[in-house]
Amino acid sequence: MVKFEDVWLKYRHPARQGDAAPEALRGISFEIPEGGFRWLIGPSGAGKTSLLKLIYLAEHPAKGRIDILGTEAAKISRRDAALLRRRIGVVYQDFRLLPQLSAYDNVALPMRLARRNETQIHADVTEILRWVGLENRLHARPDELSGGEQQRIAIARAVVARPKLLVADEPTGNLDDEQAHRLMHLITALNRLGTTVVVATHNMGLVEGWPAPRLTIEHGKLTHAE
Amino acid sequence: MRNEPRRRADYLGLREALGDRLLPVLVAAMSFLAALAMAGALASATLAARWQGDATSQLTIQVPQPTAPDASGKTPRLDSVMTALKTMPDVADEQVMSPQDVTALISPWLGADPAQLGLPLPGVISARWVGTAPPDALGPALEKLSPGTLVQTGALWAARVAALTTSLQACAAAILIIVALVAAAVVAVATRSGLAQRRETITLIHALGALDDDIAGRFAARITLLTLAGAAAGAVLALPVLAWLGALAAPFAGPAQINDVFNLPPALMFALPGLPIIAAAIGWGTAQLTVRGWLRNLP
Repeated sequence: MVKFEDVWLKYRHPARQGDAAPEALRGISFEIPEGGFRWLIGPSGAGKTSLLKLIYLAEHPAKGRIDILGTEAAKISRRDAALLRRRIGVVYQDFRLLPQLSAYDNVALPMRLARRNETQIHADVTEILRWVGLENRLHARPDELSGGEQQRIAIARAVVARPKLLVADEPTGNLDDEQAHRLMHLITALNRLGTTVVVATHNMGLVEGWPAPRLTIEHGKLTHAE
Repeated sequence: MRNEPRRRADYLGLREALGDRLLPVLVAAMSFLAALAMAGALASATLAARWQGDATSQLTIQVPQPTAPDASGKTPRLDSVMTALKTMPDVADEQVMSPQDVTALISPWLGADPAQLGLPLPGVISARWVGTAPPDALGPALEKLSPGTLVQTGALWAARVAALTTSLQACAAAILIIVALVAAAVVAVATRSGLAQRRETITLIHALGALDDDIAGRFAARITLLTLAGAAAGAVLALPVLAWLGALAAPFAGPAQINDVFNLPPALMFALPGLPIIAAAIGWGTAQLTVRGWLRNLP
């Protein structure tokens, strides 16, 4: 479950400490039940990525309360925050694959950080790479992969540890229509298995094709929540 | 294509971010300096102990009016004192200094022929104290036999040698502390450079749920390896230099060591292997502190 109560976000500007930075998010409140699916839509610069960062604990709110998977984010230790992050899968807009690692090792990373055994890692990683259609690219490094392939590796990494919450920021941005549909099948399949999903996009065609409740954000404010 | 993926990946890319050249070379230089400082401290302590022992055991006994009768009125004072010294088990190598030796001894103050000044010269006996207790009772005992007899030990010189040794050891300790601080600073700079190079990667794995312990541990393990290797190389390189310095110092160490080419204090042979371990501990601790401090900037 994800719950925001009057959440504000203001980015710190270390180089300009005296200046008041504008709020990236203002008074955000919404709730997504366990196993829910939400589209997060809005124009570029509206604050979609900022909101997702708060969900996957990459930023602290200036004020307000955030509950992630039943835990109040502000009240947990650094160690517990790290353990909570392991239950959240994130697909970044810019993939964020590690260039020195192979596709296999990139996907295996969350499981290795969670200290899973290599036998289980091997089974799960090869299965998920088969699922995203890259079973023949195990040893390719990111610079040897196309944009679409890199996006699929990033998605595989986000879901390989079977997260309870999946957060995706423009996950179909580099995919063609067929791959985008394949990805949405994957995400909805995970959602049916109980994973709570939040997908940010400005691709309204995709949203129309996969009907689900929406969170609409404009100028840092939530203007519509279902 | 490989059939099996690598089991352990260097996902932080630390082999590139913390290269195996500059840091080990700098640590090797620090280790080299530390080895010299340690050798200096240990050698000065060893030599000082020997010199202090020699100085403390040396006795110089002045007998005024050596030909005058002693307290019993039967024997010349110098003979009486010599006879008494020969009966004492804690006194060895007693020997009356010849007038020529006495003249040579005081010539820096009184000139080459002090007899011209008409000063009465005392009889001088050199001896060695071999007792375990201080020779405090010797002077009063000889004074009874020959009034005015004066016993001088090397205690003053021993105290000066002790002060010199303490000063040298303090200098060596200061050098070791400075070397350790510089080594820690070098490690901190290298670690921060590695953190800057891997900022994106660390931010990502932090977001994927890596614990601070994991990230700091990986940096510390790499730094420990590099400092251990660098310090071991520095200690090994210091060995021939120390052997050379030991050979130069051999004449000061006593006759037994003059022909010993590898004339190093035994304690140094135990302390040198400890240098890489101490350097590795400094590297590990500094890396842990630096990385954990840096990670505090992440949520």
